[in-house]
Amino acid sequence: MDFGAINPAVLIASLMVASVPILLAAIGELVVEKAGVLNLGVEGMMIIGAICGFITAVGTGSPLLGFAGGAAGGAALSLIFAVLTQGLLANQVATGLALTMFGLGLSSMMGQGYNGIKPPLTSAVPFGPLSDIPVLGQILFSHDWVVYASVAIIALVGWVLRYSRVGLILRAVGENHEAAHALGYKVQRVRLGAILFGGAMAGLGGAYISLVRVPQWTDGITAGQGWIALAIVVFASWKPWRVLIGAYLFGGISVLQLNLQAAGSRIPVEYLSMSPYLITIVVLVIMSSGRATQNAPAALGQNFHASR
Amino acid sequence: MLRRTLLATAALGLGIAFAGAASAQDKTKACFVYVGPIGDGGWTFQHDQGRLAVEAAYGDKVETAFQENVPEGADAERVMTQMALSGCDIIFTTSFGYMDQTNAVAAKFPDVKFEHATGYKRDSANVSTYNARFYEGRAVMGHIAGKMTKSGKIGYIGSFPIPEVIQGINASFIHAKKVNPAVTISVVWAYTWFDPAKEADAAKALIEQGVDVILQHTDSTAPLAEAAKTPGVIGFGQASDMAAYAPSPRVSSIIDNWAPYYVERVGAVLDGTWAQKDTWAGIGGGEVQIGAISDAVPVEVKAEAEAMAAAIGAGTYHPFTGPLNKQDGSVWLKDGEVANDGDLAGMGFYVEGIVGDIPK
Repeated sequence: MDFGAINPAVLIASLMVASVPILLAAIGELVVEKAGVLNLGVEGMMIIGAICGFITAVGTGSPLLGFAGGAAGGAALSLIFAVLTQGLLANQVATGLALTMFGLGLSSMMGQGYNGIKPPLTSAVPFGPLSDIPVLGQILFSHDWVVYASVAIIALVGWVLRYSRVGLILRAVGENHEAAHALGYKVQRVRLGAILFGGAMAGLGGAYISLVRVPQWTDGITAGQGWIALAIVVFASWKPWRVLIGAYLFGGISVLQLNLQAAGSRIPVEYLSMSPYLITIVVLVIMSSGRATQNAPAALGQNFHASR
Repeated sequence: MLRRTLLATAALGLGIAFAGAASAQDKTKACFVYVGPIGDGGWTFQHDQGRLAVEAAYGDKVETAFQENVPEGADAERVMTQMALSGCDIIFTTSFGYMDQTNAVAAKFPDVKFEHATGYKRDSANVSTYNARFYEGRAVMGHIAGKMTKSGKIGYIGSFPIPEVIQGINASFIHAKKVNPAVTISVVWAYTWFDPAKEADAAKALIEQGVDVILQHTDSTAPLAEAAKTPGVIGFGQASDMAAYAPSPRVSSIIDNWAPYYVERVGAVLDGTWAQKDTWAGIGGGEVQIGAISDAVPVEVKAEAEAMAAAIGAGTYHPFTGPLNKQDGSVWLKDGEVANDGDLAGMGFYVEGIVGDIPK
C-alpha cells in the first residue's frame, strides 16, 4: 500500500469537508434520541433539506439563505413526523421509514427542472495570512463557514445537554417520560422541540451536499448518508463529541479510498469502495458488544400520552 | 429509488396507453429510454436533443415519448415492454447497459424496431446498434491536455471498465504523451454513468493528487463544478458542450450529435425502408463534434487541435496509428499500422505507459 503519495494535510482538510453532512444530521438525531424519540427519517429530511436549500439558494442568489431554506425544509418535514408520533401516537419506526420514502419522492418532484443548474458559490472564510501557515493553515483555516459552524454546534449541543437546565429536562424526558411528566414537564412539547431541531440539522446537512459538496441537484443526491448518520449516533453511544469522531472517521475513510485510487494503489477498487461501510459495521459490532448500548436513553422509541 | 421508478413507469404506461388510444394508427411513434435525467447537461440531454430534432423534422407524422432515469437492469426491460405494448414503432435504448434487455424485449416484439446505443448485440432482425467514435474526440482532448498540464498529471474519471471507456483512456493518453513525454494519467473508476456526488468526489481526489487536467467519461457537469473551485485546473465537456463552464475550467468538449441519425432512422420507419444495421460514425460523419476551444488555450495549441480534428474527420489520420505497444510492452500495432474496428470494439488493455490495472 502506498501512503507516500498522499499528503496528510490535504487529506485531513478534505475529510473535514466530506464529514459535514453526516456530522450535522447525526448531532440532530442525537438530540432527538436523547429526548426519547427514534426518528428513522433522517435520510428523507436530509434530501428535502438538499432540494429546499438548492431552490432557495438558486432563487435568491444567496448561499446563506439557501442553508436557512434547507434547515427550514428539513424542520417542516420533521413536523409531519412530530404530529404523527407525538400527536397521533403512531409507531415511530414505521413513521420514520415512511418519512424517508416520502422525502425521497417529494424531493424528486420538487427538483424537476433544477437538474444541471449551478448554485451560488459558498466561499472559504477569509483568514488572511493564517491560511498560509504550512500544514496547519490548510487544515484549520481553509474552509467555508459551515465547517466551523458544524463543530461549534457539536460543542454547543454537548454543553447544553450536560450543563444546562434545558439539557437536563431533555434527558429526563428521554430517560423516563412518566417521571418527567409527574414533575410537571411537558413531555410532548420537549419532544416536539427536539424533533424540529433534528429536522433542521438534517436539512442543513442536506443543503451542504447540494450547495457545497457536489454542488448540483440530482435525484437521490444524499445517497444513504442519512442512514450513516443514524449509525453514527449509536457508534457515538449518544455522546456528542464521539459523533464528531465517528463522522470524521467515516468521512476520512471515504476520502482516503478515492485518494488511494487516484494515487494508483494496488488494492482492487471494489474493496476500496466498500471500505467506509465495512468499517462502520465493524465498529458498530464492537461497540454493541461492550457496555455502550446501555447508554441508550431508556425511553427511546416509546410514545407517551398523559392519560396512560 | 426502485419504488419511484416503478411508480413513474406505471404513470408513463398509463400516459402512453391514453395517448395511443387517442391518436389513430397513422402516426409513427418513436420512443426513447434514457439512463439519466434530461437535465444532466450531458449524455441524456444530447439524446433528447435528437428526439426533438425528430419531432421538428417530421412534425405531425410522428409522435415521441421518453422515460428518464431508467436503471440498467430489470426495470429497463419493464419500461421497454411497456413502450412496445403501447404502440411504439421504434424504440431507442440509449445506454450500453440496456444491451441484454433490448435484445430480450426485441425478441418478443418482432414488429417493433429497436435501436440500441453503444452496444454490439443484434440477436434478432429488428435490433440495430449505433455508436459514435468518441475516441476520435478523446484524441483531440488528449492533445490539448498534454499541452496544457503543468504538473504533468492528467486525471480520468472512468465510468465502467468497458471497451468504449478504455478506448477513451488510451486515445487521450497516447496523444497527451506525444506532445508531453513526461505525462502520467491516473484513472478513478466511478462505477456509474451519472452520480454527481460520486463524480465530484472523484474529481476532488484527483485534484488532491496533483492532477490539473481532468477528463471525464461520466455524464454530469459535477467534475467541472469541482474543477472550478481550484484555480489552474481544467476539464472538458463530455457528451454535451457544457458551455456554462467555459472559458475555464471547460476549455473544450466532445459533443455527441445524435440528431442526424435519429432523423434518418425514424424516416426509414416512416417510408418502410428500415433494416438492421450497425453504425459507428465519428468526427467525419458528424456524430462526434469538438466544442469550441476556449481562450484559456493558447492560439497555437488550439490550431493544432483543430488541425488534428480535421485530419481525423477527413480520414487522413487515425488516432490509433502504430507504433503502439500494449501496457506489458508487447507490440500491438507496428509502425504505420492502423487499429481495426474489431480490435477497438473489444479493447480490454491499456497502452504502454499507463500505470494500473483495469478492474475485471
